[in-house]
Amino acid sequence: MSDLKFSESGRKKYEWLLTRYPEKQAVLLPALRIAEEEFGELGLPEMKYVANLLGISPSRVFGVVTFYTHFRRAGTGKFHIQVCSTLSCALRGSQDVVDHIAGRLGIECGETTEDGLFTLTKVECLGSCDTAPMFQLNDDYHESLTIEDVDRIIDDCRNGSGKNGASGKNGGSA
Amino acid sequence: MSFEKFFTKYLHEPDCHTLDFYKKNYQGYQGARKALHEWEPDALIDEVKASNLRGRGGAGFPTGVKWGFVPKKTDKPKYLAINADESEPGTFKDRVIMEKNPHQLLEGIIINSWAVGIHDAYIYIRGEYVFATRRLERAIEEAYQDGILGEKTLGKDFRLDVTVHRGAGAYICGEETGMLTSLEGERGLPKLKPPFPAVEGLWHCPTVVQNVETVANLPLILEIGSAAYKQIGPEASPGPKLYCVSGHVERPGTIEAPMGVNLLTLINEHCGGVWKGRKLKAVIPGGSSAHVLHARECDVAMDIESLAAAGTMLGSAGVIVMDDQTCMVNALLNIMRFYHHESCGQCTPCREGTGWLEKIVHRIAYGHGQLEDLALIDSVCDRMVGKTICVLADAAAFPAWSFIEKFRDEFVHCIEHGGSPEVKKRHPKRVGGGLRV
Repeated sequence: MSDLKFSESGRKKYEWLLTRYPEKQAVLLPALRIAEEEFGELGLPEMKYVANLLGISPSRVFGVVTFYTHFRRAGTGKFHIQVCSTLSCALRGSQDVVDHIAGRLGIECGETTEDGLFTLTKVECLGSCDTAPMFQLNDDYHESLTIEDVDRIIDDCRNGSGKNGASGKNGGSA
Repeated sequence: MSFEKFFTKYLHEPDCHTLDFYKKNYQGYQGARKALHEWEPDALIDEVKASNLRGRGGAGFPTGVKWGFVPKKTDKPKYLAINADESEPGTFKDRVIMEKNPHQLLEGIIINSWAVGIHDAYIYIRGEYVFATRRLERAIEEAYQDGILGEKTLGKDFRLDVTVHRGAGAYICGEETGMLTSLEGERGLPKLKPPFPAVEGLWHCPTVVQNVETVANLPLILEIGSAAYKQIGPEASPGPKLYCVSGHVERPGTIEAPMGVNLLTLINEHCGGVWKGRKLKAVIPGGSSAHVLHARECDVAMDIESLAAAGTMLGSAGVIVMDDQTCMVNALLNIMRFYHHESCGQCTPCREGTGWLEKIVHRIAYGHGQLEDLALIDSVCDRMVGKTICVLADAAAFPAWSFIEKFRDEFVHCIEHGGSPEVKKRHPKRVGGGLRV
């Protein structure tokens, strides 16, 4: 058995969530978000932990996690760069952004750098079409990108100041 | 008539998202207060019906009529599910409301809930919108602290709880039944209608599903009344409207204008015209599912009826502009890849059809196409439309049909000259020759 466990605050949040829905399974997606936050990623042990918590089968949780694209799956780099590649972004050069990042990091789309720092993914519309090209770096959107912006952001990540992508033009707290 | 902006008037004020700002500058929550203390629910439904408010999510269904479908005498609880999944390519208007003016949405939720007798509302927001989620959660916190939400909503003996529910990346969860399934903690697979959500939705209970922008219109209707509201734009689908303009314009962005603004006015006056001094080639007026318009068809009013008459739709008002250097084959390939990726896989015509559409357009773009492929695409589309649980299959077929109908010459040129010029430029080694897939 794994020794995974929500922290005190994670547990509190989970219990609060249970009061917001008439049926327990509705808490699955939010609980997976807590797991993602607390454990860093969703691999099989994390999915099993959430399944036990909610009293549903691990295979069901696996089915749900893999249906969606936005959960942080096991093996994702510390900085996940998701470049929007749908039409509006493509019309304004998203492929150049992808090619540049792939060249700089020496990886193809869908791959992670050997040092485990970066994962590069092409994703579908992120709802930021007016600021194309753009990508999501972990939680934050980086918009209206130039190649210089991309280089700066990657450098920031490498030297530590880009933690959680907080240098985003639209980043920061609410 | 002069048009006063309702959603975007204070967009650039740094604290426009706060409760204080909303109260001070928008007379915030006066509409909801009026609804709760001066309107009987049935009369309020009639008022919203009379306003002709139509859904802003894509289908354009009359909001008041939808509320009227919810059974009045039922022992079951009723729910409100706000669709903030905004995932139609080219659409980003709801994000603006949630990031810049979350209280306008909350006020609309109160009005909607009072009219239909709802005590629990959920905002299903797409997982990628982390910043908007934070802003919404903060706004809800402010509203609870101020007695706007909770056991006594705005001082009335009426409980209302609002919960933000994050999605996790799936276009299909923007489809209303897919969204409800996802909210219940399942894979977001759409369900057959009927029963419609208004009768049987979340946890088999009556559920009103509304788009963010639709609900955010309600405070305005309460403030000025349905008669004045109907004066904004065309009477059959009135109101202020957020248009999302992206692609090849000088200044892309969210433009607020009265419903029915001319498409060319939107592009040339509001967005600085086609970029780099180039000419217009085509516009998708309502998100990537809508039929594309040729440049010569763009002198059209951007409202539900006018666009339907032009053979396309207002949809989500995601306006994607393409200049005269755009390769339409490559653009269609991008759209086809999207729908193939986002098909939930439940219905065979969609799962297989979207895959084949991508494959066929791909081979045309990469120089392996044949003229018969154009008829093949037509026949695949024919076998998809109207034959599935939800309309994702239709959404994939509409652009395929309209791109080929209106830009047939370009497709034929690609087939006869070894592929798309854009693809040839980018992947010179992968175009032409070799096996045909």
